[in-house]
Amino acid sequence: MTTSFQDVASGTAAWHRQERRQRRHVQWRQFRRGIALPALVFALWWAAYAFHWTDSRLFVPLGEVWETAVRLLRNGYLQTSLAASLYRMLLGFAIGSVAGLAFGTVLALSRLFDNVVGPTLHAVKQVSLLAWIPLISVWFGLGDPAKIVFLSLAAFFPMFLNTFEGIRSVPREFTEVARVLTFSRWQLWRRVVLPAASPSIFTGIYLALIYSWLATLGAEYLLSAGAGIGNLLTDGREHFWMDQVLLGVVVVGAVGFALNWIAAHLEARLLRWRGKSIARY
Amino acid sequence: MSSIPILDRAHAGPLAEAPERRPAPRPPRGARVLPKRTAFRFNSARLRRLLLAWPFPLAVLALWWTATANDWVPSQILPAPSVVADTLRDLLASGELQMHLAISLERVVYGFLLGSLLGLLLGVGMGLSVVVKEYLYPTFRLLAQVPSLGWLPLLMMLVGIDEALKIILISKAAFVPVTMNTYKGIQGVSAQLVEVARVFRFSRWQLLRKVVFPAAFPPIWNGVRYGLTHAWLALVAVELLASSEGLGFLMVYGRQLYQLDVVLAAVVVVGAVGFLLDRLLTQFEGRLLRWRRESF
Repeated sequence: MTTSFQDVASGTAAWHRQERRQRRHVQWRQFRRGIALPALVFALWWAAYAFHWTDSRLFVPLGEVWETAVRLLRNGYLQTSLAASLYRMLLGFAIGSVAGLAFGTVLALSRLFDNVVGPTLHAVKQVSLLAWIPLISVWFGLGDPAKIVFLSLAAFFPMFLNTFEGIRSVPREFTEVARVLTFSRWQLWRRVVLPAASPSIFTGIYLALIYSWLATLGAEYLLSAGAGIGNLLTDGREHFWMDQVLLGVVVVGAVGFALNWIAAHLEARLLRWRGKSIARY
Repeated sequence: MSSIPILDRAHAGPLAEAPERRPAPRPPRGARVLPKRTAFRFNSARLRRLLLAWPFPLAVLALWWTATANDWVPSQILPAPSVVADTLRDLLASGELQMHLAISLERVVYGFLLGSLLGLLLGVGMGLSVVVKEYLYPTFRLLAQVPSLGWLPLLMMLVGIDEALKIILISKAAFVPVTMNTYKGIQGVSAQLVEVARVFRFSRWQLLRKVVFPAAFPPIWNGVRYGLTHAWLALVAVELLASSEGLGFLMVYGRQLYQLDVVLAAVVVVGAVGFLLDRLLTQFEGRLLRWRRESF
């Protein structure tokens, strides 16, 4: 008996079907298991409210958090706070990361500059970020300028360190090939050094984004003038409005997630030429 | 760090300018000289590094000193370096600094130990077991999205501003990077190594002990180092916001009284301790890795 083309085709189709079913099964299992713990927490939360297990003021039902979200959106408080925080964060991030990129590049390319300024920068880096706030508050006040200075500082160091590391670890073979091909300085920079250093630079951007978001919160707690998500949180805590605090935590998490997502997609897009990594994670 | 003078013109010179046209092609200058004088060059490079590191901070210090000596800035905004040094000495002599430092260090050590132990447990669990990973990883990621400072107001409401708040916040700060790196480190152990272990019919314990943990050690240790850095960051944050002792409190106190010399002295101490903690872990890593190399 011979195997016809149809037999083979239907066999392959069946195999593909099974593969797809298998994958869907795994995805469904992952979803089910991933959702289990949060679902349990929410169920307990709801049950605690429904069966009056506690009457603490700190305990608010889920619905109230939602109502607060709607209320704060209606009167625009949430939007103004978020906009103020994001504006500050992005401005600080832009200044700090550009400065970090510039310093990292110059220090990586020039040994002399590295020897002169490097040790000082590495010493300054050791000071825990938030320890600068008392000084900054004296020098720049409590308003936006102080916050932006602090945020630039927060974004500067991760960017500087990763740019430096990325450019310093461009394999020597690459630059040698470029020299054999008599690349101009600009070509060497544009075609060899920058692409080879870009993964590390992107790590720097990631970290700078995360740190400047963290620093935004810190700055808004400690330099408490003006609006912002940090002020929204502090406000809620001082008045014992648990619903507002919980809402603030959710918003903070959502912004962190969004920043990560944007950075990941930007990286995927800009580093498309690298192709898929074969690393397993 | 390897020496790669990438855009050094002196280095790029001979090869870039078509060396084969020369009558007697000589090897590039660096290649001829280097082998003979390596030791000397190494030493001189070190010496140069040491010498060059000083002018810049000294210049800043000199500027600072001139600025305060000529009253360019009021001393409330920027006290003279000598005043800061005096304050530091006074704080040390009176034992005040040691007291605050001891409290801060105790908090960091407890928080960091708690957080990193839990992180190691969870990371190892998620790395080794698909079931654990599928149940806990999404929730972990969700919670990790909120930076430690975001949790602070919530925690303040739930547990008050006592010692518990500090320990919880610091351990959370250490917990996230340790968990993440442990998990990724174990996931990243190359399949070939595990296959070899299978061929040798290693038991599960042998596989973990001899293959997985040694191979995953560098990323895990990285996580521990990040964890300590984050713990230190969180400590300063929580002490600035809610504390009546510790280094962070010392800063707030100095700031409130407009005694910037106290603030600056505390900043110096915070930097020095951060540096020493990181140094300690690096040294420890060297130990651990040396041991690992000997055992194979």
